[in-house]
Amino acid sequence: MSRVVRVASGQGFWGDWLEAPRRQVEGGPIDYLMLDYLAEVTMSILQKQKERDPRMGYARDFIGAMESIFPAVAERGVRVIANAGGVNPDACAAALRETARRAGVSDALRIGVITGDDLLPRLDELIESGHRLANMDTGEPLSTVRDRVLSANAYIGATPIVEALGKGANVVITGRSTDTALTMAPLLYEFGWAMDDWDRLAAGIVAGHIIECGAQCSGGNCLYDWRTIPDLANIGYPIVEAHEDGSFIVYKHPGTGGRIDVHSVTEQLVYEMGDPREYITPDVIADFTSICVADAGEDRVKVFGVRGRPPTDKLKVSIAYRAGFKATGTLVYAWPDALEKAQLADRVLRERLDKLGLRFDEIHTEFLGVSATHGTLSGETIDAPEVQLRIGVRGSDRPSVERFTREIAPLVLNGPPSVTGFAGGRPKVEEVVAYWPALVDKSVVTTSVSVE
Amino acid sequence: MKVRLLDIAHARSGDKGDTANVGVIALRPEWFPVLQLFLTRERVVKHFEGAITGDVERFELPNLGAVNFLLHGALGGGGTLSLKTDAQGKVFSTAMLRMVLDVPDAIAERYHLPRAAA
Repeated sequence: MSRVVRVASGQGFWGDWLEAPRRQVEGGPIDYLMLDYLAEVTMSILQKQKERDPRMGYARDFIGAMESIFPAVAERGVRVIANAGGVNPDACAAALRETARRAGVSDALRIGVITGDDLLPRLDELIESGHRLANMDTGEPLSTVRDRVLSANAYIGATPIVEALGKGANVVITGRSTDTALTMAPLLYEFGWAMDDWDRLAAGIVAGHIIECGAQCSGGNCLYDWRTIPDLANIGYPIVEAHEDGSFIVYKHPGTGGRIDVHSVTEQLVYEMGDPREYITPDVIADFTSICVADAGEDRVKVFGVRGRPPTDKLKVSIAYRAGFKATGTLVYAWPDALEKAQLADRVLRERLDKLGLRFDEIHTEFLGVSATHGTLSGETIDAPEVQLRIGVRGSDRPSVERFTREIAPLVLNGPPSVTGFAGGRPKVEEVVAYWPALVDKSVVTTSVSVE
Repeated sequence: MKVRLLDIAHARSGDKGDTANVGVIALRPEWFPVLQLFLTRERVVKHFEGAITGDVERFELPNLGAVNFLLHGALGGGGTLSLKTDAQGKVFSTAMLRMVLDVPDAIAERYHLPRAAA
């Protein structure tokens, strides 16, 4: 049998199951553990933390995750690749070193740190030299929100991770690398695929896409025959067992719950998909209409036949900017006529906001239990046992949003009857940090790799 | 014959900015042609009329027995701007599966499609 490389997914987002990384290294043999912490808005949250404390700005869960798997890394040679660095990969590495020192495993760790994705310090220079960084959705140039930008990071590919592995790193910490690169890089490194071997590179991307959301391909959030998916409490996170030819098996450790079959994997393949013929990454464009998926035994799915082609000369940039304030409050109305009562409360509240002279960019009302998620598609309404009124506002003026939060609770005594569920207190005002996707020439982004 | 999409397909949805994607997958591979024929862009536009502000794009993945839709302007601004419960479009999947397709009897019989409950 030809050599295989096993890459396990231990985290699908920042906030995922804390048990998963340890379960992945203890449940059976793996070569690499991939931990994905970054979503579109995560970078801006981290940037705010870094502004308050220059030693912050990375996914702190990662340090706890590493502590839980030190023996596997130090003694069994499992290598870890994580985009936990956020906007401060060096601080993340420093925190990891300190934790490793206290655990007495410093000597066993060689930490690779990848930087260069952070474009925030270079934004003005880039704009001045003619890079519009136009919003990919609206076409507006970045200059329109420049003074409100919180973070700007280029999505970087697999190459610097491969370099770090080549320099002997057994833990690689990146900033805004693409989610898929975390899986593709170790395959590239181990099999020595050429950087123009488009089909194999694309296969690595598809492997990454399947496992980057953790258990969402192994029975979690799976609609297909969901009642029969066994033992979700003990769900197994996915592992890719890759072959040199680019084909791979998706499986999970024996004795774990969940399910891996063609249906669960296919649901994940279509997740967050755009045009399936061009899944664009920094290293390759993968064609999702070429993917072949087949059951290959219990909780094993074989993926093969993936085709790829050369990438573009651009990198996507994830930019976050301040975009006002919002708050959302809720109240619960009980039978009989729960919906009518909630609707009356909504009208009363809106009238009061109006008489106070408050102006918002948006006021949004939902009736949970009736129409919140499916709107008018929800069809005929019954006289529901209870309905939750959920009303939110968004605007640029913080005091107006604050004032709104004071208008919910009074409805309990001065609005429609049969109301409860207000124990949570006044809604919190949040600053809105919005997402600005843009493109930049690859040539302006230079990554650097340090291993020590 | 009336055929409920929920009875012949499963689905998953996600977001990209203010766009929701809904991947609809035939429950049996042999039912994919039914999705090709009747789960059209126009039918989906009509289904989500009033619920989305933008255009609908449609892509076929015969290899997966799936059709992917992009519903633009579906998420109230998307991501953090949105005030919606489903700001990330996670349950547009099942909203799609509420659709009832009109399938000619001959085709419904040929594919042994389940009839929608009245």
